[in-house]
Amino acid sequence: MLERFLTGASTYSQSIDHLIFLIAALVGFWLVVAEGFLFWLIFRFRHREGQPSQYITGEEKHLKRWITIPHMLVIACDVLIIVGAVKVWMNVKQTMPPAEQTVRVYAQQWAWSFQDAGPDGMLDTGDDIRTVGELHVKVNTTYHFELVSRDVVHSFCVPSFRLKQDAVPGRTIAGWFRATRPGTYDIQCTQMCGIGHSVMAGRVIVETPEQHARWVQAAGSPYTAQAANPASHTHASLDLSTAPGAEFAEVRP
Amino acid sequence: MSAEAHHAEPGFFRKYLFSTDHKMIAMQYLFTGMIMAVIGGYLAYVFRMQLAYPSQQVPGYGVVSPNEYNSLVTMHGTIMIFWVAMPVLLAAFGNFLIPLMIGCDDMAFPRINRLSYQVFFLSAVVLLASFLVQGGAFGGAWTSYPPLSAKGAYNLTPVGASMWLVAVALEFVAFLLGGINFVVTTMNGRAPGMKMYDIPIVVWMIVLATIMFMFSVGPLIAGAVMLLFDQLLGTGFYDPGRGGDPLLWQHLFWFFGHPEVYVVLLPALGIVAEVVAVFARKKLFGYKTILHTAWAVWVLSFVVWAHHQFVAGIDPRMANVFSITTLLISIPLAEMVFVYIATLYGGSIRLATPMLWALAFMAEFLIGGVTGIFLGASGTDIYFHDTYFVVAHFHYTFVPIAIIAVFAGLTYWYPKMFGRMLNETLGKIHFWGSIITFNVIFIPLFITGTAGDQRRIYSYAQFAEQARPALQHLRVVSTLALLVFIAFQLIFVFNFLWSLRHGQRAEANPWMANTLEWTVPSPPPHGNFADMPTVYRGPYEYATPGRREDFWPQNVPN
Repeated sequence: MLERFLTGASTYSQSIDHLIFLIAALVGFWLVVAEGFLFWLIFRFRHREGQPSQYITGEEKHLKRWITIPHMLVIACDVLIIVGAVKVWMNVKQTMPPAEQTVRVYAQQWAWSFQDAGPDGMLDTGDDIRTVGELHVKVNTTYHFELVSRDVVHSFCVPSFRLKQDAVPGRTIAGWFRATRPGTYDIQCTQMCGIGHSVMAGRVIVETPEQHARWVQAAGSPYTAQAANPASHTHASLDLSTAPGAEFAEVRP
Repeated sequence: MSAEAHHAEPGFFRKYLFSTDHKMIAMQYLFTGMIMAVIGGYLAYVFRMQLAYPSQQVPGYGVVSPNEYNSLVTMHGTIMIFWVAMPVLLAAFGNFLIPLMIGCDDMAFPRINRLSYQVFFLSAVVLLASFLVQGGAFGGAWTSYPPLSAKGAYNLTPVGASMWLVAVALEFVAFLLGGINFVVTTMNGRAPGMKMYDIPIVVWMIVLATIMFMFSVGPLIAGAVMLLFDQLLGTGFYDPGRGGDPLLWQHLFWFFGHPEVYVVLLPALGIVAEVVAVFARKKLFGYKTILHTAWAVWVLSFVVWAHHQFVAGIDPRMANVFSITTLLISIPLAEMVFVYIATLYGGSIRLATPMLWALAFMAEFLIGGVTGIFLGASGTDIYFHDTYFVVAHFHYTFVPIAIIAVFAGLTYWYPKMFGRMLNETLGKIHFWGSIITFNVIFIPLFITGTAGDQRRIYSYAQFAEQARPALQHLRVVSTLALLVFIAFQLIFVFNFLWSLRHGQRAEANPWMANTLEWTVPSPPPHGNFADMPTVYRGPYEYATPGRREDFWPQNVPN
C-alpha cells in the first residue's frame, strides 16, 4: 500500500508496509463502524416533537454488553497489532543479520558523512573510504552501520528503506539494512537540529556489484592516504574540524 | 437576603485586575488564552505560507528565514499547548465551573488563585518578550532536546532558549498553584448531599487532570532546572563530553509530556459529556464506567512515555514494553468513546451549536485516536516517527481538544458567563466553516507524511523524493484551507463580542440543564448562590420516569 506513496528499497520495507496495511485494515474497520453508528444515532434519535428521550442508566447487565463486547474486540485487535509490531521491531531493530559490510555514519550540523570499511571490511583501517553527503552501498548486501553524532541529536532516515534511527552525541548506535533495488534515495535528518535542519540532506546510492566495484576502485586510492586523519576529506566546502561540536567527533562510550 | 448585600461591589481595579473571584480569574485565563490562540494561529499562518510558497513574501510578515521558521514552529507548539489548551481547558473552565457546579461560593484559597493567574500572566509576558531579544525566540522545537537547546552555539537563539525555559517553568508554577485550589475545593467545598458519584463529570475530569499534572510535572521541573544550568552556568547534565546524557532530558520531558496529552484531553471529554447529556436529554450511559475508564487512562498514561523515543537510541527491547502499554491505553479510551456514543441511543437530540461541537468532537477525535495506533506500534513508528503523519495525528487529537471541545464549552456556558445568548445562525456558520476546513487542512498532511515528509522542514527543495509536485499541491491545499479556517474564526469573534451587548438576554437555565450552575442568575453574582444549595441526586437525571418535566435539577428536593 505504502509503495503507492514511496518506493520500498530494503528487505524490511515490505514487512513494515505489511504491518501498516494490517493496522490500516483493523483501525479502518473500527473507524467506519464507529462513525457510521454515531451518525446513524444522531439521525435516528434526532429531536421530534412528542417523542421524549428514554431513561437508560447504562448500569444494567444487558445494556453493558454494548460496551463489553466491542471492548473485547478492541483487545483482540490490540493483541494482533502488538504481535505484528513486536515481530517487525525484532526483525528491524532488535536483531541484526550477520554483516557483509560495515559503514560508519557521522551526523553533524548540517551534513552527513560516511566511512565505508573498504575492501577489508574493517573500520578504521587504511582502506576505509570516506564520503560526504553520499552513501554508496552494494545491492543485496547486508550492511551494519555505526551511527554517531558530532554535536546535537540528529536522526538518520532513509524513507525508501523505512529506516530511521536517532544519532545521539556520546553514543554509538548500531543498526543494519539491506538494499534491494539499485537507485538513488534520499537521506533525511528527521530530528530538529538547528537552522540548517532542512538542508541536512544526503543520498544513498544503491549500486549493482559491478558499479560498486568501480566506485571502490575509483574512490579507494586517493582516500587511503588521508584516512588516518578522520577530519579530512576531499570536499573542501565543508570542513568538519571547525564545524560546531567537532570536539565530540572522537567521543566513544 | 441577596448575595450582593453580603459582597459590596468592588472598584474597577479590584474587580478586574486584582480580583479573587473565581469567575473573574476564569475570565482572565479565558481571554489571555484566546489572545494567545490568536498569536499561535498567526504563527501557523506564517509557516504554512512558507511551506506552500517557499521563500516568498508572506503578507503581514515578510520573507521567512530558516532560523525564523524554527522559532515559528517551536513557538506555535509551545503556545498552543501551554498557553492555550492548558489555561482555557484547565484554568478557565476549572475556575469558572468548579465552585458553581459543586455549589460553593468561591475557591478554597482565593488569593492563591489570584497569584496563580498573576504568575501565569508573567509567564506569557516572558514568552512573548523572547520574540524581541537578540537571536529571536527559541527555535529548537517545543520538545527542546539538548544538546541543541543547551548551547547557544548550536541553536543560535541563546537568550530565547533560556527565556523559553523560564516561561515554561513559571507557567507550571501557575498551574500548580491553581491546581491545589481545584483539588481542595472539590474535595471540601461540595454542597451538602453531593456524594462523589454526584459530581458532574467535567469537574471530575478537571480534578483528575490536575492531579495527573501534579504527579507528572515534578521530573520535568527538575529537568528544566538542569537544562537552565547547562545553558547559563555551564554545567554538563546533558553534555556527553562531560559525562552527561542527552537522553535523560527526553525521558524527563516525555514522562511529563505524554500525561500532558491526557491533562488536556480529560477536561475536554468532561465538557463533551455535559453538553451531550443536556442536548440529547439523556442520562449519561454508565457514569461510573466513564469515571473508571478515566482512572485507567490516568494510571496508564504514566507508563507510555517512551513511545516518543522508540528510535531515539533507547535500548530496543524497551520499545516492546512501551508498545504494549501504549496499545493498552487505547482500550479504556475506546471504551470511553463507546460510552459517549451509546449515550445518544434513545435520546432526543437537539442540534444546537454546542451539541454540534460536542458531536464533532467525537467524530474527529475518533480519527485522531485510530491514527495513533500506527505510532504506538513500534514496528510502524519506525517509518512514521517525526513525519507529517505524526503532525496530522496529534492535530486530530489537539484540535478536537483545544478548539472543538472549547467551542462546545464556550457556546454552552456563554449564557452563564455573560448573561446573553450567542447568535445561533452565526454559530452554525462558524461551526460548519471550521469543521470542514479543519479536515481539509489535516487530511492532506496524513498523505504527505505517509509519502515521507519529515517535520519542521523549512523547504523540501533539498529532498528529491519530497520535492515532487504532487506533494507540493497537497501542502498548498492544506495552507489554503488554513486561510479559510482562520477567516471563519472572525465570525466567532464577531458573534462573541456582538452578543456581549446585543445578544438575547439569558435566563438562569436556558438549556434546561440539571447542574447547579444553572440554578443561579446569568451571570452569577459575586458569591454565586443566594442560598447555598443542597444536592439530592446525580447530575444527569433527564427524562426520569414518573416526572412531568424531562429534567430534574440536582438541588430540587422532589
